[in-house]
Amino acid sequence: MSKQIRQLDRVVIRFAGDSGDGMQLTGDRFTSETAQMGNDISTLPNFPAEIRAPAGTLPGVSSFQVHFADYDILTPGDAPNVLVAMNPAALKANLVDLPRGADIIVNTDEFTKRNLAKVGYSSNPLDDDTLAGYAVHPVALTSMTIGALAEQDVSKKDAERAKNMFALGLLSWMYSRPYESTLRFLERKFARRPELVAANVAAFKAGWNFGETTEDFAVRYEVKPAKMPPGTYRNITGNAALSLGIVAAGVRSGLPVFLGAYPITPASDILHELSKHKRFGVTTMQAEDEIAAIGAALGASYGGALGVTTTSGPGVALKGETISLAVALELPLVIVDVQRAGPSTGMPTKTEQADLNMALFGRHGEAPVAVIAPKSPSDCFYAALEAARIALTYRTPVILLSDNYVANGSEPWLLPDVDTLPDLRVEFATAPNGEDGTTFLPYLRDPQTLARPWAIPGTPGLEHRIGGLEKADKTGDISYDPANHDYMVRTRAARIDTIPVPDVEVEDPDGDARVLVLGWGSTYGPIGAACRALRQRGLPVAQAHLRHLAPMPANLGAVLRSYDRLVIPEMNLGQLAHVIRARYLVDAIGYNQVRGLPFTAAELETMLEEVLKNV
Amino acid sequence: MSEPVALKLTAKDFKSDQEVRWCPGCGDYAILAAIQQFMPELNIPRENTVFISGIGCSSRFPYYMNTYGMHSIHGRAPAIATGLSVSRPDLSVWVVTGDGDALSIGGNHLIHALRRNVNFKILLFNNRIYGLTKGQYSPTSEVGKITKSTPVGSADAPFNPISLALGAEATFVGRTIDSDRKHLQSVLRAAAEHEGSAFVEIYQNCNIFNDGAFEQLKDPATRDDHLIRLEHGQPITFGKDGQFCVVHPPGGFGLEVRETASTPAEEIVVHDANFADPAYAFALSRLPGFDLRNTPIGVFRSVRRPSYDSVVQDQLAEAKAKVTEPPEQQLAGLLASGDTWTIS
Repeated sequence: MSKQIRQLDRVVIRFAGDSGDGMQLTGDRFTSETAQMGNDISTLPNFPAEIRAPAGTLPGVSSFQVHFADYDILTPGDAPNVLVAMNPAALKANLVDLPRGADIIVNTDEFTKRNLAKVGYSSNPLDDDTLAGYAVHPVALTSMTIGALAEQDVSKKDAERAKNMFALGLLSWMYSRPYESTLRFLERKFARRPELVAANVAAFKAGWNFGETTEDFAVRYEVKPAKMPPGTYRNITGNAALSLGIVAAGVRSGLPVFLGAYPITPASDILHELSKHKRFGVTTMQAEDEIAAIGAALGASYGGALGVTTTSGPGVALKGETISLAVALELPLVIVDVQRAGPSTGMPTKTEQADLNMALFGRHGEAPVAVIAPKSPSDCFYAALEAARIALTYRTPVILLSDNYVANGSEPWLLPDVDTLPDLRVEFATAPNGEDGTTFLPYLRDPQTLARPWAIPGTPGLEHRIGGLEKADKTGDISYDPANHDYMVRTRAARIDTIPVPDVEVEDPDGDARVLVLGWGSTYGPIGAACRALRQRGLPVAQAHLRHLAPMPANLGAVLRSYDRLVIPEMNLGQLAHVIRARYLVDAIGYNQVRGLPFTAAELETMLEEVLKNV
Repeated sequence: MSEPVALKLTAKDFKSDQEVRWCPGCGDYAILAAIQQFMPELNIPRENTVFISGIGCSSRFPYYMNTYGMHSIHGRAPAIATGLSVSRPDLSVWVVTGDGDALSIGGNHLIHALRRNVNFKILLFNNRIYGLTKGQYSPTSEVGKITKSTPVGSADAPFNPISLALGAEATFVGRTIDSDRKHLQSVLRAAAEHEGSAFVEIYQNCNIFNDGAFEQLKDPATRDDHLIRLEHGQPITFGKDGQFCVVHPPGGFGLEVRETASTPAEEIVVHDANFADPAYAFALSRLPGFDLRNTPIGVFRSVRRPSYDSVVQDQLAEAKAKVTEPPEQQLAGLLASGDTWTIS
């Protein structure tokens, strides 16, 4: 039976099921197939902190949203066009996000009385009018998978577990995805258990063939490749890109990398990834706590390595004292904060941007550090390199503020030519720098960078002592001199303030906007998508995005003052807006949301439209 | 391998140009002088020696050594030194700490450094009091100690640092006394030769806030009756003319002190610092009473176990040995790993 093929320019699919249903893996595979297709992609995983919340309950629902298009896109999409619901909990938890008319593929086998009761459905939503206005496709996913695997040499439990591959096969058929990479993936994943390779491949093909033969799915869709710059691409998450950026920083600086880390969601994947790259001279240490993790990284930096520590907000709080020590010691150190919703344990698997204040100000004494934030998953690679560049060149701690949204989200990444990456080589001090030719002055600064010499242990003639006590200018000896302390505090501030960072760029294609939207970090995508939508409707709006939060770009004040209105959307209660008002005496309209989820482009578009009306 | 060149360093070479600022009469002076005199013996270039400390009176130590040094933050010296030691196996790394620094605020780092067996030496100056903060009780102060923060006596029980280190899987554990330079240097010598973590507790007198805390162990009139000088391979006897001895009574778990005259020679415990089961060294650590009677000094335990540093370096070396391409080419390969696609 040949089916009608319809062309679409973009689709948003959400796979949702129980934590144990393998929805993250299903989403990952669909994304990979879609990447092979040449579409632009953006993804948003959403899962509970519990490893296995009670089966079939609302808190146990795990989902993965993928947005793909034949043009370049900036977000994982506001609302799904298609929901795959593996059980009643997944349907109930996600229905609220679904616009009428969307397709819903449900696994009818799980819609039992017991499962419906677990989530408070008094009647079966497949039978009443709950889903009126949606295109519902009831599929007996579990029993069809078990049936398809009847001849396979696997237990009923393993057969049942393969139902996510049936769903993937069906969706891959619906959207005409190439599936070779999935078959290769299954062979790798179950290399030691060939019977599971066979079972999962069979389940996938059963799902594909079901789409081909059933009359319920009359239409197949195609989304043509997007026009993207030529080159080699891979799909990458922010945490993976950040890890590769750190490896690249090691290669480009010629220094060994030392990562001290304590496991914490959502940063642990960076520790996992970097622990695989010992051949690049990357040492990873899983420390006894957050404080030891940064302490060991600082000790390694003192010895001439690129010291890195990775964590999330609660960990940064614990590391504060050591960051201040690194400020006083003036040694390179990269601190990665993959932000999550706080305070305290908060919502560990949900996103937020509420650690900006802590990064900028959260230390005792005057302890300035450089702060940068990536704007997208692939940008995490370049942000890591930039953090390392600043740390090594200016001998300072640098805080890199990622967040759960960019860390676990993914997008296609045009692979860079390694030789074009920044040259991060450093020179260690090798000889006395005092005027007498024999004295070593550990706090004699480079007049350009204000950096002090990096004299690592093992260098003869440069033996010296450093510490947290205030140091005399140049000699580094302990000093309680009032004028010296004042000078050193101001110099440490100037050291950060004078780091040259690129000017902020304004996106205002027609140059006639009167409203500027300023963002930082992971909100780049939704803000950009909202601005594009407004411009397409003939409403001019300008967008600027901060990558460097300390120091801020030199042109920022002038840019801000050249617009009639400034809007700052943030996933916090106005932390950047506060800084901008204080520093530039420019008022800002805050748009703030802390729901643990990224902004939708639509809500920003609505909000900005209101602002535009009132200019 | 050729014989290392004799560096002919002297104690003077290890003195920095900084004025020493401990209180007059502080036990730290004796320890500093003993260590400065001892260091040349190791024949390690000054530039390859690093002292790392935390916070407290003892932690000023690195400023006075003409080597590399870092005076860090309270309790964290073992963590910082771990990062340095692991990434720089060519260095000789020493941690200087006190009873508050190591056992109170930094207790976690101490026990984890010991279980990892990081290749550094930890010198714990124990004066059973907080000195730099002016006289509060410490985690080694005796129960009931009257201090500024405990005017009617402290309510909490102290740590026995040797027992703690042994419980934390330490491979080398020793104890010595600030005023006994020869003994102090003999323990340092053994510690320096040990590969892995060497934990040395040094009884140190704070003459301002806890003067005479170890007086019974120092006063010539009492010390012989109080001190048990451990010597590897020798029967454990002490007191005037070896009046007392240590035995392992059948049926018990611990060690006990007896009169030597009434004890058959074969029942006297022969000290074996290399004994695999830490229970033996632990039993030794439990001998002293509250009056410091029966206090063993010397090397309690010295056993071999691969250091954390060597295991980490071996893993790195093994991974690097498989590499045939230059780093940039390797990196390009890494970036392009996984599922890629090309747009022309």
